[in-house]
Amino acid sequence: MEAYILHLSIMAGIYIILTVSLNLIIGYAGQVSLGHAAFFGLGAYVSALTSLNWGLPFPAALVLAMLFAGACGLGLGLPTLRLKEDYLAIVTLGFGVIVDLIMVNLTITGGPDGLVGIPAPVIFGLSFRPPVRYLALVLLTVGFTLLVVHRLVHSYHGRALRAIRDHEVTAQVMGVNTPAYKVMIFTLAAALAGAAGSLYAHYITFINPESFGLHTSILVLSMVILGGMGSLAGSVVGAMTLAVLPELLRRAQAYQDLIYGALLIVLLIWRPQGLLGGGKLSLKFLRKKE
Amino acid sequence: MSLLTVDSLTKHFGGVKALEEVTFEVEPGEILALIGPNGAGKTTCFNVINGLLPPTAGRVFLDGVDLLDLPPYHRARLGLARTFQNIQLFGGMSVLENVLTGRHLGLPVGPLAALWPGAGVRRAEAHARRQALDLLDLVGLADKEEWPAESLAYGERRRLEIARALAQEPRLLLLDEPAAGLNPRETEDLMELLARVRERDLTLLVIEHDMSLVMGLSHRIVVLDQGCLIAQGAPAIIRRHPRVIEAYLGREEEEEESEEGRDGSLDSSPIQ
Repeated sequence: MEAYILHLSIMAGIYIILTVSLNLIIGYAGQVSLGHAAFFGLGAYVSALTSLNWGLPFPAALVLAMLFAGACGLGLGLPTLRLKEDYLAIVTLGFGVIVDLIMVNLTITGGPDGLVGIPAPVIFGLSFRPPVRYLALVLLTVGFTLLVVHRLVHSYHGRALRAIRDHEVTAQVMGVNTPAYKVMIFTLAAALAGAAGSLYAHYITFINPESFGLHTSILVLSMVILGGMGSLAGSVVGAMTLAVLPELLRRAQAYQDLIYGALLIVLLIWRPQGLLGGGKLSLKFLRKKE
Repeated sequence: MSLLTVDSLTKHFGGVKALEEVTFEVEPGEILALIGPNGAGKTTCFNVINGLLPPTAGRVFLDGVDLLDLPPYHRARLGLARTFQNIQLFGGMSVLENVLTGRHLGLPVGPLAALWPGAGVRRAEAHARRQALDLLDLVGLADKEEWPAESLAYGERRRLEIARALAQEPRLLLLDEPAAGLNPRETEDLMELLARVRERDLTLLVIEHDMSLVMGLSHRIVVLDQGCLIAQGAPAIIRRHPRVIEAYLGREEEEEESEEGRDGSLDSSPIQ
């Protein structure tokens, strides 16, 4: 039982990183991405391959995974971020499919069978194979992610991002270099998703393309929406809820997706801004008025 | 030297000639009004000056710098700010945050400095905050700094948009119909505000339909009609200019002749 809770916690932590990074793109910068799992997968494969083939230690593999995923985010962002809404949705969706196909078809990625025997992280001679230690490692990364993103969105860069989200043209007229900001945020989000991928690969020790397809992109998107766009606490709650919920619904496995869908619809009717989204400002405003 | 030079600016949308060889200059420190009937090309002119639309031909210079290939955010850096006809606030932000966004360019710190802000960055932020609060005071919104921008009344939004543009500390401020939708009292307040703004060593280019505001505030007026500049000069002259009166009220002579007259004598006849 304890092992099971540890496993859930580790997975929830990995999902928190993914959700926070996607929230940067969607909730803060107001852009669309339906291919976020691709960066997750790229991070996982790069980290796994560099460990397996070159025997790189975990920290180096992690950094490489982030750099590679970030570079792919940059490469996708540069030509596409002048696109808007539905067009950007289709391009990112396409990107996800392409990455998925590459993973399935390359020999080096092990094709549909994926990669096995990915070593558990060893840092300064300390093995992170025991789940308790791995959880600590994940929590450390979650904390780091939250710190960086919190600082970023509460700086004047965050203001610029929200300006882009609210009114891109106006932001531009006011001197915000909107293309640079959009590419920057896409790159950062991709790198963070890459880190999540690396943590996932070395924890599960076996990866195949199935984990990084459209289904995962949609799941992470649901976590963002459930928690609330533009809310960090919301992302944490959203990710934990949807990571744990399937376990609670395990008995009703056949109806899982049905219940998911119903819950999301109810939420969107009842609280379209998500569980924790958009509440802060209006509360302050109410208090002021009284 | 003039602050803004608009040189033979032409903008066509397919067959529609929104701007046709428009040339005028804005002198430093003056308030220049851009007027004309609906569809005259006034907002298009702003959008081209701003960089939101590329011109079909012609050039725009700000203080001698050719703006043609510069994106809007670069033009802002050179001292160009504007407000919009349909107010464009950042609805999800507070009143203060809207103004602070206008200070964006005043915070030249790198991405890492923002992540681990040192004393210098915090000082810059605090300074920006004070400036923003001063501006809110100027436009009479100081008590509403924490309000969500979208909860403001219409007239207040107009003033917030002006405060936000002023936060950019521009050299040239383009105001697109600042009095649109305001009642006479609010318009009076606005005129008072603009008069105060003028003391800030600022040059204004204003699109406006409200003639009391135009005549009372501006030093010079440029009149556009169907994309062409038909007159420019002091308010007293424009008020009596036959072509301006014709553009606004129409002419009662034969249709053909008026069409002829348009094409024949449209090279601008500045009266000064």
